[in-house]
Parts: sequence; C-alpha cells; structure tokens
Amino acid sequence: MNVIIPDDVKVRFRVPARIIGLVGCTLMIASIFMSWSYGHTVLDDVGYWGAPSPLQLYYAVLPVLGVLLLAVPLLGRGRLGRWAKLVAWNTSAKTCAIWSLAVTAVMIASIAIGLGGLVNVDPGGWVALAGALIAVASTLFLPDSPDPNLYRLKSPQWVQILAIVGVMAVLLFGAAYLLNFENADQFLTFGASVVGVVMVLRQFGIFSWLSIAAANNNRVLVTSAFVVAFAFPFTQNGSDANMSIASQVLIFAATALGLNIVVGLVGLLDLGYIAFLGAGAFTAAILSGSAFATIDWVPPFWLTVLIAGTVSSLLGLLIGAPTLRVSGDYLAIVTLAFGEIFRITMNNLDGNDGPNLTNGSNGISAIPDLNFFGFDFGKAHVIFGIDIGRFANYYWLMLVVIAIIIVVFMNLNYSRIGRGWVAIREDELAAEAMGVNTFALKLLAFAGGAFLAGVAGAVKAHYDVSVTPDQYVFLESAFLLAAVVLGGMGTVMGVLIGATILKLLPEKLRFFSDYRLLLFGLLMVIMMRFRPEGIIADERRQLEFHDEDDALAVEIQEEMRAKHVHLNPEPKEWDL
Amino acid sequence: MSQTITDGHSVDTGTVLLGASAVTMRFGGLTAVNNVSLNVHSGEIVGLIGPNGAGKTTLFNCLTGLYRPTSGEVRFLGEVLPPKPRLVVRRGMARTFQNIRLFHNMTALENVMVGMYSRTQTNAIDAVFRLPRHRREELASTERAKELLDFVGLSKAADTLSRNLPYGDQRRLEIARALATEPKLLLLDEPTAGMNPQETRQAEELIFRIRDLGLAVLVIEHDMRFIFNLCDRVCCLVRGEVLIEGPGEVVQNDPRVIEAYIGSSETDDEPAVPAADEPEQKGEADA
Ligand SMILES: Nc1ncnc2c1ncn2[C@@H]1O[C@H](COP(=O)(O)OP(=O)(O)O)[C@@H](O)[C@H]1O
Ligand SMILES: [Mg+2]
Repeated sequence: MNVIIPDDVKVRFRVPARIIGLVGCTLMIASIFMSWSYGHTVLDDVGYWGAPSPLQLYYAVLPVLGVLLLAVPLLGRGRLGRWAKLVAWNTSAKTCAIWSLAVTAVMIASIAIGLGGLVNVDPGGWVALAGALIAVASTLFLPDSPDPNLYRLKSPQWVQILAIVGVMAVLLFGAAYLLNFENADQFLTFGASVVGVVMVLRQFGIFSWLSIAAANNNRVLVTSAFVVAFAFPFTQNGSDANMSIASQVLIFAATALGLNIVVGLVGLLDLGYIAFLGAGAFTAAILSGSAFATIDWVPPFWLTVLIAGTVSSLLGLLIGAPTLRVSGDYLAIVTLAFGEIFRITMNNLDGNDGPNLTNGSNGISAIPDLNFFGFDFGKAHVIFGIDIGRFANYYWLMLVVIAIIIVVFMNLNYSRIGRGWVAIREDELAAEAMGVNTFALKLLAFAGGAFLAGVAGAVKAHYDVSVTPDQYVFLESAFLLAAVVLGGMGTVMGVLIGATILKLLPEKLRFFSDYRLLLFGLLMVIMMRFRPEGIIADERRQLEFHDEDDALAVEIQEEMRAKHVHLNPEPKEWDL
Repeated sequence: MSQTITDGHSVDTGTVLLGASAVTMRFGGLTAVNNVSLNVHSGEIVGLIGPNGAGKTTLFNCLTGLYRPTSGEVRFLGEVLPPKPRLVVRRGMARTFQNIRLFHNMTALENVMVGMYSRTQTNAIDAVFRLPRHRREELASTERAKELLDFVGLSKAADTLSRNLPYGDQRRLEIARALATEPKLLLLDEPTAGMNPQETRQAEELIFRIRDLGLAVLVIEHDMRFIFNLCDRVCCLVRGEVLIEGPGEVVQNDPRVIEAYIGSSETDDEPAVPAADEPEQKGEADA
C-alpha cells in the first residue's frame, strides 16, 4: 500500500493531492446518476440515467466519506486544533480511496461477468473507475498520518452509551439487510462497501474510541448486543432461509468460543475439537428418545445437556492427561489423531463388534424436537404478529448457550485462573517456578472447553434432527480453528465475527462454497502474513505476535490503561 | 565492614532452612555441580560467588526443583524437597532468574499477582460464578501486590507492561514477584547484573530490607563489594565444587579465591567489577 514517495514530496504536494482526490471522489459521486450497465439484469439494475438505484446510493457512501476526509483538512487548515492529531485524516482518506476502487471493481466485474463482457459497461461505470483511480493515485501523495489516538478523547457517558446502542442498531439492520440479498453480486457489492466503510472508520480512529466506550460501559454493550441478537428473528418476517443460516452460525460460533478458551487463552493447539462437539451430539441423540436411539432412558433436557458436557469433558481429560505434560506440537498431533479415532469409533459402534451405540455410519436420526414446558421447538409460534419458526426457536436457545459460554470465558479470563493461563502462554517454566500449577490449568482449559463443546453439541443434535459420524470430520475442526484465528485469538467479539464470516460467505456465495478450501487456505495465509492477531486483536496476543515492536507495546499499554482491561478486578476511574 | 555479622552469630540464632548435602549435577560428561553441601539459616544472607561457568545457576536450579540432581539431597526445614518447582515454592523457597524471566506482556501488578498463585485458592467454579472467595481473594491479592510493588519501589509502575520497564526495574519486579510467593528463603541470581552503581546500591538496600522482613537470602553475585557489604557468609564455587565457605573477609582474602577469579579472567571481566551485561554463555541454560 505504501508506494515509495519521499516524505518531503508528500508534504509539498499535499494540497494539490487533496484537490485532485476531491475531483476523483466527485466523479464517483456523479457516476451514480449515470447508467452503469447496458443490460438491466445485473446488480439491482444500474442501467438508468438520472435515477440512482439503491446499490448505487450505497456505493456513494465511500466517496462521500472521501470528500469529507479530504475537504475538512483542506478547508480547516490551521483551525483543526487537536483534531488534526486525534484522528488520522490522511491514512483514512487513502483507505477510503482504495476501498472505493475495490467496490467499483466488484461492480464492473459483476456487470462484465453477468452480461458477458466489458462492452456492457456504460459510461457511469467508467467514470466511477476513473474517479476511483484518480482518488487512489492522489491520496498516495498524502503524508502518512500519525496513529490516531481518538481514545484519548474524553466524552460524557451518555454519548458513549448512545454510540454503543447506535452501533448495535446499525449492526442489526445491516445484518438483516445484507442477508436479504439473494444475488451474489449484490451481496458482494453491498458487503464490500460495508467492509470498506468499517475499514475507513477504523483507520480514522473511531474504533479505538468505541472500544474504550465499550470497555467503560460493559453492561450496556452486553445488554444491547443481546437485545439486538434476540430481536433478529423479528426482522425476518417468518422467513426460514436466513434463520437457518443464523442458527448454524450461532452453533458454529458457540463451538469456536469454546475452542478459543483452549487456543486463545491458554495457547494450546487443538486440532480435534470437533470430536467434543460430536461426543455431546451423540450423547444427546442417544438419550433423545428417538426411534433409533440405542438407550431407552430419556432424561429431561437440562440433564442431557449436563451429561453430554460431562461425557465430552471426560474425553478431554482422557486425551489431555497424558499429553498436556508434553508441550507444543505433540498435543496438536495427538488431538488430530483423537478427532479421527472418534469418528472411526462412532462409525464402528454399530453392534457388529461390541455394543451398538451409534448405529454405525447411519447414525441416529429422527431426533425429536425439544419441548420446554409445552413450548415445542419444532412448531412455529406467532409473537408480536410475526411468525417465529423452528429455526428461530433454536436460534434463541443457542443464544442462551452462547451467553453462558461467554460468561464462562470472560469470568475465567479475568481471574486467578486467567492470569495463570497468560503466564503459561508467556513463559511456562517461569510460571511453574512461581508456583503456578501449569499442568492442572492446562487440563482445566482442555476439559472445560470440551464441556462447553458437549453442551453445544447437545443442542446441535436436536437442531440437526440426525447425528452421523461424518458430520464430525477433521475439516470441521480446521474451520473452527480458522474462525478463531481469523477473528482474533482470545477475544469474544473477534471469534463471533470470524465464525460469522466463515459460515455466512459459503452460504451466500456459491463461488465461495465451491472453492471453500482454497479460499480459506488463502485467507489464513494472508492473515498470518499481515495480521496474525486476527480481525479483532486481543491486546496481549497482539503484543505476542509483534514481540519486537516496542512502540506498539507502549501504545497498547496506554490503551489498556484507558480500558483498564487488566486481569485484576479493581476498576480505576477513567476520567471522562 | 560494620554490617558484616559473624558467621557464628547467625548460625546460633537461625534454624537451618535450607540444607543441601552432596548435591551433584552432571550433564552427560560435564559435572556442573560436584558434591556441594550448603546450609542457609533463617534470617541470614549468604553469598554465592565464583567465576562464570562455576555452576552457581545450576546449583540454584537443583535447589529449586528445575533440575533433579544426579545425586545428593536438598532439604528444606528438615524435609526433603520434591523436585518440582511448584512444590518447592509452596514449601517456601522462591527465586529470580539470571536472565530475567518476567511475563513480558503482563503488567507489573499482574506479574506480582501471578506470584501469589500458590497462596490463593480461587478455583474455576469460584471464578465462573464470581463466588465470594473470588472477590475476596482478588481484592486481597491486588492490595498485597501493590504493597509489594511499593516495597521494591515500583508503586508507580503498577500498570506498566513489564517489557516496557527499564532493566533495573525489571530486576526489582522479579524480586517482588518472588516475594509474592511468601517465601522463607529467597534465591537471587545476579540481582545487580547490568545495573549502574546507583541501582546497585538500591538493590543492596532492598536486600537488607528483605532480610529485615525475616527472610533468608541466598544471592549469586559478581560484584565483590556488594557481596561483602551484604553477606553474613560467603561460599565460593569453582568448577562445580565448593572452594571455601566462611565470613566475607576470610573468603575475600583467600589466595585461592583470588586465583580462581584471575585464572578465569580470560572469559570473565575483572573480578571485583559488576558483570555488566554479561554475555550469555554458550551452552548455558539458565533453567
Ligand atoms: N542444561 C544444561 N545442559 C548442559 N550443560 C549445562 C546446562 N546448564 C548448565 N550447563 C553447564 O554447566 C556449567 C555451569 O553453568 P552455570 O551454572 O550457568 O554457571 P554460572 O551460573 O556459575 O555462571 C557451564 O559449563 C554450563 O555450560
Ligand atoms: Mg549463572
């Protein structure tokens, strides 16, 4: 991204660069009033003159942001005061130009692919492309801004709370809106501009301020997040398609969060985690009262959940006890093997040799829907005049499970246990020499993570209706791990985002699901190269990945101070 | 040498805390520690000197359970120590490392709180459900950790990441972390390495204050002035064996000690200067 232009040149040309950049942005904005395509069957019909389509309007958001980012420093030169330093005008303008170009490219590519050739691109598209290119080229001549430190900005608490609630509302409607795009090209265009706007705001420094606001108003954040998540089914008008995806995302996210305890908090590499989900699912299936269940006893569901969790954690102990004493790679290999052994065992517990528990590869099907006090999860209910179908029922149940997992995750992290885990990650031998029982702590994480996966598996069994061994293959473990790494090891928010991305993209984009493995692999390589700490970085993890970067260490220390995210309970007053 | 208390005096008053008898540690063909016997009494400051590679750090590792000695026995308060660092800490012996081993991405306060791990009981259930014991212990440990930071003079650095601390402060933080384990005997491995003279004096004063808390201290040092100001008794280790043990003046003036240091001066600095930024010795494993 950083083309080598000498700094003094940048400083000399910054005013003309801004003006030319403004021209580029203006061209892009003007282009939405033009026709982009000859035909009318791509995107949401961008083939009219003088009447921007909704997608074109969303498209304009980035260039409008660009105009603001370029014009304000230009007009307000010398009058910006501390705002010149609090936020990163130039860097975010650069990001804005680059993402504008990306979205323009996506749209033009959609037109060309959808209609058969670049000849179908009308002047609007070319004007936009030219504008984007001009904007990118000119912003390259802007001097880099210093890192934004908007987190230093003091603001009244009601502003912070309002901001959190606002973000949550935008998130709800954005998600609902995004999910409603049926066509891949629309989904991609809208998705790319949303990501672009987010990246620009991030560069600008908004997120550093938001994360302080979130840390200071933890309760508000958590409550509003759950209200929003709870409200999501009501935005779907009884449509099952998106609710099915959403509930799958939640199951996946819940499992990934459990894995995040093992991988993110303690730093153990577990390549067979899916087996614990499977163990929970099989346990619940066997105790579900299905016609194919191999045990007649049908305990109440809360008890089934506990049994499933316990079975999983016992397996965790079984694997962990001998292997956690050795370090690093051995554990990865053993867990990898364990995942396979689990699948093969489930395939063979069919009564041919030994007991029949799982019906072999047929698995256990026809698992009845859950029923809590007469609330049948299999039936649709009308709430507030909106149909709430089967998937939405399970979605809510998974929301509860996720809430429990998050509480466990956070409370363990911010405690004596969590400090021990960090110490193990940092220097296991020193931790042991300071009296930390490293083996017990690792085993606790391993068995605890397995327990949570077992709980999630118990719900998944009922949601899936049937449980078969081949649902629990190594690839699923790999995807779980990918969600953790992509989202951000050791964070809740990051893993939720990572799990959503990894589940959502293949559902919405045929292209993505066809080349799933290739693309995920590529994604992982890119992440490892450019942002190993994941989308949302845990402060400590980020430091571990950038061990040499002393400036970063000081910066993060200041941010941690501001957020008082230390692993001790006493919140210090952060002056607002 | 007014601070020096005579050997006889301290033996009379203290009970034997640490008793190492005939400890030998071999690495393949190399005998790093050979038949070393050493007692430390309560309330005593004992110095361990010797040229580089003499086996001082290895002896520390044997005492604290990081190494299992090839032969010999380490007793603490009369009981044989289990060769597990964690259990050694529980018995009341804590250490610092020659090449500082702090938890770099934790704050000073958190580092000290990790030191309290073995003295607290909060378990996963307490933590998940935020039971009273969690709250009580967290508050108490935070309080205690702050006191300890104060004690070593780092009260302002509580929420500074330990990697961002200056070198001398890191050494003091390591001492605070070791003190957090509530030891009866503190083992310091070259606590002034890399310090300037002023910091060295502060460290000296800190060690006296630790002794005044009622702790015994076993300290490895290269700075002779430091050692003889500080120690009730000095033990000189050469090529893994005890060369001489006794009051500071006696050891200092012993010709064999001087010769041992001069004999090794092609690998070491001048004997009586602090070993500033001593290069990591090849093959040396601090732990
Ligand atoms: N883990 C180990 N493996 C092999 N040799 C070791 C190990 N630890 C120490 N040594 C050797 O033991 C000798 C004593 O080292 P050490 O105890 O570090 O000396 P000192 O601390 O007195 O400078 C050195 O020759 C060193 O190379
Ligand atoms: Mg040494």
